[in-house]
This record gives sequence, structure tokens and C-alpha cells, in this order.
Amino acid sequence: MWNYEKRLQFPVNIKEANADIAQVIISQYGGPDGEMGASMRYLSQRYAAPYREVAGILTDIGTEELAHLEMVATIVHQLTKNLSMEEIEASGFRNYYVDHTVGIWPQAAGGVPFNACEFQSKGDIITDLMEDMAAEQKARTTYDNILRLVHDPDVCEPIKFLRAREVVHFQRFGEANREDCSKSEHAQYNH
Amino acid sequence: MMNMQFANEQEKLLHDIGVLSFVVVDLSLYLDTHPTDRNALEYFKHYNRMANQARQEYSAKYTPLTISCADASECNDWQWALSPMPWEGGCN
Repeated sequence: MWNYEKRLQFPVNIKEANADIAQVIISQYGGPDGEMGASMRYLSQRYAAPYREVAGILTDIGTEELAHLEMVATIVHQLTKNLSMEEIEASGFRNYYVDHTVGIWPQAAGGVPFNACEFQSKGDIITDLMEDMAAEQKARTTYDNILRLVHDPDVCEPIKFLRAREVVHFQRFGEANREDCSKSEHAQYNH
Repeated sequence: MMNMQFANEQEKLLHDIGVLSFVVVDLSLYLDTHPTDRNALEYFKHYNRMANQARQEYSAKYTPLTISCADASECNDWQWALSPMPWEGGCN
């Protein structure tokens, strides 16, 4: 089960609305390498993890991704909540607005809805960990792309935090994939 | 970090909780893949204790951060629901 903590993992206080930036950032909510896919990937893969250390890291990173999902949603929410109709009409955000107003809905920047096909749960821990390491790199690349497109420091600071976490998660999944961890005595199951 | 300006004590304490909790999260991931590293475990215990104390203090003085701290305040109303949500901005 899970417990909620009523605070963000890293503060988000955006002072200026910006519809075009929101349209880009929403991709890390429900896009192909976004936080929703990340969390669902790791939390779903846990059950087939043969070793407790690996099930443990999948649980804890999958949980941290939920905190990141909340941060990304907060960024989009704060970028859009005070938009005028003129700003919405003049921006690329009008296509999102017609379906969702300024509610938060999981989609990629290009409008493609969130889909479980964005991640795998293959039942083979080596396959899954390799996917997880690639996924962290893809998310890191997406945050790098966002940082090239966005210049508001109120938005960049939390995005830089999220980018740095992708690097740490990549490292931990790599360690979970090491020989010494895969020969662990702490088997979750006896095959 | 040391030169950060805070509007009030509440904002400063919440910032400290963010820093301490980050140490705890990052260490717990490290310990997942290094479960026999005793130095890391001692480090974890130290910061986890500090984070828990700070969370309890914040929940007693201001508003509850978790359900398990929701009895810390003297307030008679259900502050868990009444206090601002994290995405509202300002003090988070």
C-alpha cells in the first residue's frame, strides 16, 4: 500500500503563465518517456523480480516517480491556471484546451494519449532492467530537450532536479543488474 | 543553500524537511542495491531520525504532512483536508 505526503519532493513556484511551455512539459506527465509510464513500468515489473533487492529498488524508484508525476502536473497547472482566453487562443495550447480546459490529462506534447505500450513488463528481470536503464536515459534526454526549449528559471530549477534523478535511477538499475546482485541469496522465490 | 531567504519560519522548516527527506530517499535507493553497507545504514538512521522529527514538528506547529502526523496539532478541525495542496504554490 502507499502513504501520501502533502508536499512536493522539490518546490515548484511559477510566477508567469506560459501556455507554450505547458504544452511541452505535459509530455513528461503522459508522454512516451514520462513519469506516468516510468512509475507504472517499475511497479508492474516488481512481481516477476526474482531477488528482493531488485523488487525493492523497483518499488522505491516506482514510488519516487509518483512524486515526480506530481511535480510535472504542478508545473503544468501553475503555467496554465492564470491564462487569459487571448493567450490560449494565440498559443498551441488551444487544441489541448478544447478537450481538457486547464485540467491535467496524460498525453504527449504532440497530443498522443498515454498508453501502456510506452513500457514493458516482460517477466524476465534482465530484460526488464535493461529496459529500465534505457527508459531513464530517454527521460533524461527529454528533460535535456525541455531545458533547451524553456528559459524561465522557475520552471528550469524543478526540471533540473528531475533530470538529475534520472541519472541516479539509471545508476541504481545498473547496480541491480550486476552479477553480485543477481546472485543474491535473498531470493523472492525458489525457482 | 545557506544563503536562502525564507518568508517565515514555516517556509524554512518545510525547506529543511525537503532537504532531509531527499537525503533519506536517495540513501534508501542506495541501500536497496547495497543492503550490507553498514556505514550507509548508520547515515540513513541519522538523517531519517532528523527528517521524522522535523516532520512531526511541522505537523504540530502548522499543518499535517502525513496522516500519521495528523494528530500532532491542537487544532480541532481536520487540517489534513483544509490545508493547502502542494500544487497551489507559495509555501511548498
